[in-house]
Amino acid sequence: MIVADLYVTPAWYLVLGAVIFGLGAIGLLVRRNPLVMFMCVELMLNAVTLTFVTFSRMLNDVGGQATVVFVLVVAAAEVVVGLGIIVALLRKRPEATADDLALLEG
Amino acid sequence: MVELVWLIPAFPLAGFLVLLLGGRRLGEPLAGWVATLACAGSFVATVIVYFGLLGKAAEDRQFVQTLFEWLPSGGLTVDLGFLADPLSITMALFVTGVGTLIHLYSIGYMHGDAAFPRFFVYMNLFVFSMLMLVLGSNLLVTFLGWEGVGACSYWLISFWFTNEANASAGKKAFVTNRVGDWGFMLAMFLAFASVGSINYANIFAGAQSGQMAAVTATGIGLLLFVGAVGKSAQIPLYLWLPDAMAGPTPVSALIHAATMVTAGVFLMTRVNPILAAGYDWVPTLIAWVGVITALIAATIAVAQNDIKKVLAYSTISQLGYMFLAVGVGAYVAAIFHMVTHAFFKALLFLGSGSVIHGMNDEQDMRRMGGLRKFMPITAVTFIVGWLAIAGVPPFAGFWSKDDILLAAFDENPALWVIGLATALLTAFYMSRQVFMVFFGEPRWTEDAEPAEAEAAPVHNEIHPHESPWLMTTPLVVLAGLAFVGGGLNLPFTDEGKFLESWLDPVMGANELDITVDSGVKVGLAVVAVAFGLLGIVVAASIYLWRRLKPVEPKVLAHAWYYDETVTAFVGGPGRKGFEAVAAFDRVVIDGAVNGVGAAVRSLGRLIRVAQSGFVRSYALGMTAGVVIVLAYFLTRLSF
Amino acid sequence: MTVELFVFVFAAAACLAGAIGVIVSRNPVHAALSLVGTLFGIAVLFLAQDANFLAAVQVIVYAGAIVVLFLFVIMFLGVDQVENLRIEPLGAGQRIAAVVLGTGIVALVVMALWSTDWEATGRHSAYQALAKEGQPDINVLGEALFTRYVFAFELTSVLLVIAVLGAVVLARRSARIDEIIDPGQAEREREIGERIVQAEVRAGVEPDGQEADLVAAAEDEARETEEVKA
Repeated sequence: MIVADLYVTPAWYLVLGAVIFGLGAIGLLVRRNPLVMFMCVELMLNAVTLTFVTFSRMLNDVGGQATVVFVLVVAAAEVVVGLGIIVALLRKRPEATADDLALLEG
Repeated sequence: MVELVWLIPAFPLAGFLVLLLGGRRLGEPLAGWVATLACAGSFVATVIVYFGLLGKAAEDRQFVQTLFEWLPSGGLTVDLGFLADPLSITMALFVTGVGTLIHLYSIGYMHGDAAFPRFFVYMNLFVFSMLMLVLGSNLLVTFLGWEGVGACSYWLISFWFTNEANASAGKKAFVTNRVGDWGFMLAMFLAFASVGSINYANIFAGAQSGQMAAVTATGIGLLLFVGAVGKSAQIPLYLWLPDAMAGPTPVSALIHAATMVTAGVFLMTRVNPILAAGYDWVPTLIAWVGVITALIAATIAVAQNDIKKVLAYSTISQLGYMFLAVGVGAYVAAIFHMVTHAFFKALLFLGSGSVIHGMNDEQDMRRMGGLRKFMPITAVTFIVGWLAIAGVPPFAGFWSKDDILLAAFDENPALWVIGLATALLTAFYMSRQVFMVFFGEPRWTEDAEPAEAEAAPVHNEIHPHESPWLMTTPLVVLAGLAFVGGGLNLPFTDEGKFLESWLDPVMGANELDITVDSGVKVGLAVVAVAFGLLGIVVAASIYLWRRLKPVEPKVLAHAWYYDETVTAFVGGPGRKGFEAVAAFDRVVIDGAVNGVGAAVRSLGRLIRVAQSGFVRSYALGMTAGVVIVLAYFLTRLSF
Repeated sequence: MTVELFVFVFAAAACLAGAIGVIVSRNPVHAALSLVGTLFGIAVLFLAQDANFLAAVQVIVYAGAIVVLFLFVIMFLGVDQVENLRIEPLGAGQRIAAVVLGTGIVALVVMALWSTDWEATGRHSAYQALAKEGQPDINVLGEALFTRYVFAFELTSVLLVIAVLGAVVLARRSARIDEIIDPGQAEREREIGERIVQAEVRAGVEPDGQEADLVAAAEDEARETEEVKA
């Protein structure tokens, strides 16, 4: 095993964050179930928090961690409201997908 | 005193507004009195301003009163202002004076008409517009009045519009005037382009100082002359005036004899510095157009049978005289003739109105005759007007016409010869009219001598009677003025030449200097009087003593077939041209504008596809945008 | 081979597996559980980077609250039907574009990192030091939050209150709306319930709780409608 000198540099975390973000983006564009789309948004937010923490450690700045706290709070609030909307919509038509909400057309 | 110049148009404007809003309620005859008083008030104001001007020294007689800034737009500022100087006050004096008399006359003439108040609404508006025209301190206020009198002329000509012919006459007048107005507008644009202002003061200063190039001055003068030709019925735009006789006779008297048609002469006189600054061929052109028009119109008047048509062509002819005077540079003579013409032509028209009124609306002279026994006052005043226009001394027309012929002789004897021939014809046809109407045997009864095939239908109930005092009083006043009017500019002494010295500040610099011996002057005057008397005698021998046969060729009766030619041209090739222009406007210009709209619409339809309503499509678009922006910044910053 | 490498590989595998699971799971419950996997992986990575407090908060809030909320909604609405992933109503271009864009984002970030020779560092902060001598990260974080970021902190608390209010309003079952959409719905449901009970009584069947509950529920609803209207 020639992995003796292999160190985990912050770049690895950043790349991982980017990959998770990309996967979240793909999922958001591909899935139709509104709940799953929401989960993909959560994926993207998590990737961002990972990046923030990495940079916080790299730059020795606690602001990154503070930002993560706020992202968390905002994500929570967003989920609350978003799920409220989804509940209000899907209560009437449980089989609705994102494609059925197409009234805003020109 | 001079500051009251704004009152002069204010009175008729107030009269117009009062009658517009409450005329129907005032009814007959109160509406007429309101209008007459408004006009009289304006006359009083004019007299006050006149004395105010008299009180000033000769060089100081120019007062500009600006009411407010009318058009402040970029480089062009136009004020609504009045210019009170000898020329405008002279015009205002006879406009308001004769206007008041005609208003008074109308109360009697329009008696019983259902639209009595509406008539006076238009009349007051007309007087207001005419006063704006003469008092304007810049070309735009003058143009405002110019258009105003044109509009009122249209309304008043087609006053009895239920008759199709009257409505057509009104339209014809307006449209022909419009052709002239086009020239006026172009002149305004040209003046602004060259001097940067349309104030008379600035324009004249520019013309005199040389800032305005001679070419530009020529252009402006020529274009204003085009406007004057339309308004004052000269060749080739005179064909509206005979048709305008379809309006009530007071309208013909006020608008088409005394005031509106003289606006063209006034305009040319007002802009005499521009004419002086331009090339010489423009005044020469004006003089020739004027004198040819005078001759042609006089020849036509010889063969007319409608009492008002004779006077209409006579007006065109006398206006030709005035333009002749303007063209040779005798501006004072032109204004003098304008004033005296206002007196006697208004008198003649009102007199003919009185005849028509007494003859139960009969207008064909072949059905009249011997009316002097039935309408003595009308007859006497009409005869005074006849002698004035024929140029018989000491009536007013002789003095003013003589001044013009003298100036014409000095400039170019050929002009004098044609003017003299016209004077002969003028005396002839006016005498013809007087003899046919007031002398001889009555011809309106059934068993009268047979007339030509085109005789007018016989009116059964004709009992000629004298007109009421409302109508005869103005006749008497005007006859008096026609008698003594010559006193304005008697040529014997320098003090007698009152009008010339009064108008000197306005046009003295460009006035023609007569270099003719006084002996020649007297000789010319004698020749003119002789020709006038010759015309009267010939007419008497044909129509009064019945010694000679009448000479009324058909071509003259049809006015040289000018009307028919114009109709054929405009209806035929003219119409094709106009339709082509209209098609161009529709297809190219409208098409371009509509095409832009259509293009935007189709572009919108293309882009609309992106607004599908699907959230995921929008998300895709947003992500694509994010990637592009990210790529842009990262490539810029890193590599 | 350091411990950190091992931990990183493990946690990264969990994250990626979870992410892919969210994307490709047809059943939303499976997707939610995959999300939990990702969240745990992220929490572990936080720990690996000395962000202990955040790791704990991640697990408690994200995995413990948010995902549970998701599951609540899924179960409550009964939307655990399977989504047909084989069809794409918006055309094949959507999926292709999605993949392209996703990989594009990743590629851009990787390229940016590569251009700086995998360092990607900025300036160290002068006064916001992450680790003070002897103090754990939570103290430092707390100090920063309540001094430098206190305004944002208060705002987020307001945000939370608003979000809660919004959720209550949105999810409320408004009787009036029901009436507007389907007037007489409550009444009809009550009638149907009653008829079922009567039928059962006539048939001699013992009315079990279900129908009675239906009737009771319909009656409750009708009463609520009256109350709300009043």
